[in-house]
Amino acid sequence: MVHLTDAEKGLVNGLWGKINVDEVGGETLGRLLVVYPWTQRFFDSFGNLSSAAAIMDNPKVKAHGKKVLNSFSDGLKHLDDLKGTFAQLSELHCDKLHVDPENFRLLGNVLVVVLGHHLGAEFTPQAQAAFQKVVAGVANALAHKYH
Amino acid sequence: MVHFTAEEKAIITTLWSKVNVEEEGGEALGRLLVVYPWTQRFFDTFGNLSSASAIMGNPKVKAHGKKVLTSFGDAVKNLDDLKGTFGHLSELHCDKLHVDPENFRLLGNILVVVLAKHFGKEFTPKVQAAWQKMTMSVASALASKYH
Repeated sequence: MVHLTDAEKGLVNGLWGKINVDEVGGETLGRLLVVYPWTQRFFDSFGNLSSAAAIMDNPKVKAHGKKVLNSFSDGLKHLDDLKGTFAQLSELHCDKLHVDPENFRLLGNVLVVVLGHHLGAEFTPQAQAAFQKVVAGVANALAHKYH
Repeated sequence: MVHFTAEEKAIITTLWSKVNVEEEGGEALGRLLVVYPWTQRFFDTFGNLSSASAIMGNPKVKAHGKKVLTSFGDAVKNLDDLKGTFGHLSELHCDKLHVDPENFRLLGNILVVVLAKHFGKEFTPKVQAAWQKMTMSVASALASKYH
């Protein structure tokens, strides 16, 4: 279970409120596929992933990124029970999607980069620390039901 | 040995030429100490590390960050022989400093976030991919003489 102080929760929720979750979702997933190309293997049905530009513009990547980050938003509302919140998704990613949990950590790190990219100076060291804790907590929660 | 394409090398060197090594070095090391607080254990002699603002304002952190990032500059000039370039530093970090190599990966990831924050739009997915590869390769080179 991830423990954030009230100040950290305030920072995370405050900054989350300033971003366009749908857009950041598409950007984050797209960057995952560009920066860690092996992750493309999970998205065979997405069509053209042949270049960075193709990936970033791909409508299926954008749509799926939006879905992933909205799910992340749920996590932010339940920081005291991430394992419960993500239990079902954890089973899905293990039993049906066969995704190595290391990829959740990679996606979390890409999200932190994208937030830094979007928020600039507002992404203070304290904000980065809080978000790094959150993404690690979500990655662990998603790995929790693996067997 | 990691292989960088001509395009990746160009991306890396172009961005590097715009990096303020003193400022971003201090920022990267400071953020490492804030986001991953256990790393403070290597810097007992640095004085006040009691809060995020103390860390970010600490002159020894800034000076050491500049030193570390200057060393990255060597990597940029020697992308085809990172192991050779960092052989000596690798031995130092193992034999004298006793730093777990995982911390090199953490610092590399922090550097990517700092660059994204600093360069904004210029930090495209392709640039991120090249720099992620670069920082991970430097981390591996720094771990290569460990025993």
